[in-house]
Amino acid sequence: MMEFDVIFGNAARAAFGPEAVILALAAIGLNVHFGYTGLLNFGQVGFMLLGAYGTSVSVATFGWSLWVGIPVGLALSAVLALALGIPTLRLQAVLFAIATIAAAEILRLIIGSTDAIELTGGPLSISFDASAFYDLNPYAEGPQVRYGAGTFAFTGQQLWVITVGWTLVALAGLAVFLIVRSPWGRVLKSIREDENAARSLGKNVFAYRMQALVIGGVIAGLAGVVDAIKTSGADPNGFRPQVTFFTYTALLLGGSATCTGPVLGAILFWFLREWIESFLRQLAAEAWLPQPISDSLSGSEGVISVGVVGLALIMLVLFRPQGIVGNRTEMLIDDG
Amino acid sequence: MWRLMRRGTALLGFVLCVVFACVGPAAAQSDDGTKADKDADQDRADQDHNTAGDSDSTAQTTLEGTIRLGFDRYIAGVEITVTDQAGAEIGRTATGAEGRWSIAVPDAGTYLVTLDEETLPDDLGLREGQETTVETTVFAGMARAVVFAVGETPKATPFGERFAQRAFTGLKLGLIIAMSAVGLSLIYGTTGLVNFAHGELVTFGAVIAWYFNTSWGGLNLVVAAALGLVVCGALGAGLESGLFRPLQRRRLGVFQLVVITIGLSLLGRQAIQLFFGAEPRPYIDYQVQDRWEFGPWAVTPREVATVATTAVVLAVMATTLQLSRFGKATRAVADNTDLARVAGIDVNRVALIVWTIGAMLAGLGGIFMGLDADIDPYLGFQLLLLIFAGVELGGLGTAYGAVVGSVLIGFATEISTLWISPELKLVVPLAVLILVLLLRPQGLFGVRERVG
Repeated sequence: MMEFDVIFGNAARAAFGPEAVILALAAIGLNVHFGYTGLLNFGQVGFMLLGAYGTSVSVATFGWSLWVGIPVGLALSAVLALALGIPTLRLQAVLFAIATIAAAEILRLIIGSTDAIELTGGPLSISFDASAFYDLNPYAEGPQVRYGAGTFAFTGQQLWVITVGWTLVALAGLAVFLIVRSPWGRVLKSIREDENAARSLGKNVFAYRMQALVIGGVIAGLAGVVDAIKTSGADPNGFRPQVTFFTYTALLLGGSATCTGPVLGAILFWFLREWIESFLRQLAAEAWLPQPISDSLSGSEGVISVGVVGLALIMLVLFRPQGIVGNRTEMLIDDG
Repeated sequence: MWRLMRRGTALLGFVLCVVFACVGPAAAQSDDGTKADKDADQDRADQDHNTAGDSDSTAQTTLEGTIRLGFDRYIAGVEITVTDQAGAEIGRTATGAEGRWSIAVPDAGTYLVTLDEETLPDDLGLREGQETTVETTVFAGMARAVVFAVGETPKATPFGERFAQRAFTGLKLGLIIAMSAVGLSLIYGTTGLVNFAHGELVTFGAVIAWYFNTSWGGLNLVVAAALGLVVCGALGAGLESGLFRPLQRRRLGVFQLVVITIGLSLLGRQAIQLFFGAEPRPYIDYQVQDRWEFGPWAVTPREVATVATTAVVLAVMATTLQLSRFGKATRAVADNTDLARVAGIDVNRVALIVWTIGAMLAGLGGIFMGLDADIDPYLGFQLLLLIFAGVELGGLGTAYGAVVGSVLIGFATEISTLWISPELKLVVPLAVLILVLLLRPQGLFGVRERVG
């Protein structure tokens, strides 16, 4: 018997859970880079990595307070933006993309290596005491306490994380909304449309791009901080390049260069992904699936749903590049 | 043009058969268990395994671990001692037949775990930077895995010999990268597409050959590889004529095309994983071979076959590009597509052939990768950034540059392990990639264009 209410509950929980918060923040940051400035940043996961590890290492290894660790994580993301941007922002789009993906991989390899074990936990991952955050939890907790209905339910702790998380998403979204409708934001868009025109009007293209890279990077760093707090730690395997690709999918799904697009996209991304996984698990339970497909469902990362993400990415670019709420004319960037 | 293509393919297949046939008979004896480069790649997997897999004892608070080299050598009889922070001994044990050890501790807390290096076999030692004593914290009722990174003792062989050995491995890696890189570079040159799904073509070749070699009748690997190449070529031709040519007609921007290839890469990798499974798996043939000794080099026949075949294939490619009509047409299209079209060159046909050959070369690269390190669905994606590094170092769009750049990247990657830990060797090509982008974006052999 297929239980569609369970499937829907699972999907809704994923759509509003901490993963969607993290993806939404990363997509808001990417929207500043790609949507408004036209920067082909393929290393978004690197900023998230530094946000997460900056926080985790500060607390776990150096024994600082969590309230110091969070700014450290954000500051490291900003430093990465500067270090990456100063030399590479002058490259053409595809080369910038390759440089950023390589930089993010370098960080992941080094942080996850045995040589870094004493600082970052290396391949063993790192965990820290996030009670400074969970002590503020106003929701009741207990083994039986759930908020919600059916499978769409959260524990008190989870509800606290997502309450704070969605507040941060709203604040970040609002901040981006305000800065891109300022004169500064208009310059940004003009750079995306035609950087030479912007330059000929006396705008310092490099400086504007750099500022956009830092702002978007810090917002992605915030996504990493939420990730670290959610799991009370960080694991290098959680920061593979496909995280960046998922972020692009969410952004394109919602609508690039719009205010609500990245948030809508992140919610839909997780809703659809979990819906597919949950649906397939039910089919497998009914023994309606061939063996290799039901075997693949046991892995931590859904093999089929990630494949569907790839397919969705192709379809979006081909048939609806503006996403759900976007404006098609804003998506016609092409700067070779 | 087509006839020439066919001749080229036949030659390629022939070379492959001959080289394997020469080397094959020397196979099938005992392995000495020192597949150093394979081990290096597996370090990460080992350590993941140590944390995830070994924690079945839940009730007691324990420290535990597995002492091993790679996946195939578990080391028994290694003495492990646990002391508390004051220095009092809590427990002492020796690893069992499967290299495992486990010591129960009375309480949650921080303990010092010491490995007695004297009890390791003579050819092994702790890796550079790995202390014999590790401080670790365990929570109540949990099992905490403690990792000791064991490697072959480097002191036993002199530096020159290690350098020579690494250089050979680097040459092999570089040639494999080069084969995949030529395809990527030619596709970029003729169609302007940066193919992020090129890594999946590499994996695809390895997996298809694996399928013919193991599941489907157990064909000899040489035959399986030849069949795999045909399938790869068909896939490449299908992608160009079925997907990318129609897309090019729609005048999509760079970003759109790149994102489509990324989508293809995710889709392809997951499809491969569904079909192949996530576990790394080897071919049946040529796995266990005695090493041949040439001066400072100790190499397996399969490594010699890899280097010889890739070198010949690349030479054939270079000759074809330089001398044949197809080669001239390809270079003309890469130089200026519109001029080439005006001159009467069928640009679509050139693109189709380039895609076919590019996919075959990538697949062949994957087959050789799988020969030395087991095949897994991420094989190609891991290689992709190395391919980018090789192509970028040589100069984007130049086929010869891609070969030179890739071989240099291969050398740099492997030789770096003389000084840095093998699990960090992939950082080297990426760092080179970024440095080249900063200092010389047109690469070693590219022509400087307007940048930024």
